Amino acid sequence: MRYGYYPGCSLGSTAAPYDVSTKAIAKPLGLELEEIHDWNCCGATEYFSIQKTAAYALVARNLALAADQDGLKQLTAPCSACYLNLRKTDHYMGKYPKIGERTNEALAAGGLSYQPGSLEIRHLLDIVVNDVGLESIAEKVTNPLKGLRLAPYYGCLIVRPTLGDEPVDNPEYPTHLDELLDALGATVVDFPLKAHCCGGHMTQISSDTAYELIRRLLQNAADYEADAIVTICPMCQLNLDAYQSQVNGHFGTSFDLPVLYFTQMIGLALGMQPKELGIGKEIVSASKVLKKIGVETEEAEAKPERKKRDDKSLPMPKV
Amino acid sequence: MDHSPRKIFAMIDAGMKEEVLKSNTPWYCVSCYYCMVRCPKEIPITDFMYTLKNLAVEAKYYDSSDAPDFSESFIGYVEKYGRSFEMGLATRYHLTHKPLSKFSYGPFALGMLMKNRISLRPERIENIDQLRAILDKAKSLEVV
Repeated sequence: MRYGYYPGCSLGSTAAPYDVSTKAIAKPLGLELEEIHDWNCCGATEYFSIQKTAAYALVARNLALAADQDGLKQLTAPCSACYLNLRKTDHYMGKYPKIGERTNEALAAGGLSYQPGSLEIRHLLDIVVNDVGLESIAEKVTNPLKGLRLAPYYGCLIVRPTLGDEPVDNPEYPTHLDELLDALGATVVDFPLKAHCCGGHMTQISSDTAYELIRRLLQNAADYEADAIVTICPMCQLNLDAYQSQVNGHFGTSFDLPVLYFTQMIGLALGMQPKELGIGKEIVSASKVLKKIGVETEEAEAKPERKKRDDKSLPMPKV
Repeated sequence: MDHSPRKIFAMIDAGMKEEVLKSNTPWYCVSCYYCMVRCPKEIPITDFMYTLKNLAVEAKYYDSSDAPDFSESFIGYVEKYGRSFEMGLATRYHLTHKPLSKFSYGPFALGMLMKNRISLRPERIENIDQLRAILDKAKSLEVV
């Protein structure tokens, strides 16, 4: 099965483990992922806030490049924001002729054009669950995630908005990630906030707002005694993982929940080594949790040992 | 958030253009799209919020929120390199807007650096001239 692959900016930096694990599982799952040559940023949620025409044009350059690449018909993005921007631009260019015309006029300035509907744009999770199939994945499992309690976290943009077409899953209470984790042998916990927002860019703009949204999610997963949260989006992973200690500091909580990508869970169940899957780069370590399924991990970088205070030095306030 | 979304729509109905565009409400929209899948009249509320942001930027009515500058800094890097650049974005935005917050972000940034999850240099696409030509043309066609 051949797909155009749009990694998006996060997968080159903050979400590098998502890219590594996606590429690692592609072969055993029979997925041929062909990166779109010279793709550019999708604009995230920022460009649409400032200028819509430019925002559509930015996304459409990727669509035009993908549609021109050796007859690709399907395009996949592992990042939920990239996925939505690609899908929304394709959909709106067809639905609203003015958007279609203006976007193509802009593309023409770079010698490109895009006919809406030429590509089917799909999230990587959809492809894994519906094209590879749960039965086929279950057959390949050599190291079932037995005894691991996982909270399936979808976030927003993979399930919403529905954009007229038949939705892949329920927009408020999706289950396809639950089914996948079940097929991998894990215990899937009930997670009522599974499709709630992680705060997106609010960590930068209004951190109190973001911390409260993150706290609710962590609390909900902790209430259902999850060992870890499994995500499908780089932004969700970043907010829940890298800001967890700040949330703990802000609310006086003590959450210790690793946040892993679904592709990493698939890899582990297929018997791959944690290192091949980028595991160890989480800020909240997954080592203790993964020991439950007999997986030994090493941290990507050793933590610096804090210098012990010299007893003879002047008394300093404890931090 | 100074007005609830419901109130914002009522204010639009009442023709309170300036108050609506000066409100920080649209800038608190995180684009979760819950409203869009729930609205019984199928009003694309999230898209309305984006349009309000566009209009506020055009009218330069956004002094109460940091969000527009964050968005502008983000797209500044995209227009220059074709890719986003978190390190530059975070540094530029925080130094200009909340220099003191740098301290509280210290542990976060250090953790990300140690795990090699932040690039120190932006990546540039090959055909940046093509992208700039497209974006320049798009801006000339902008109708809010």
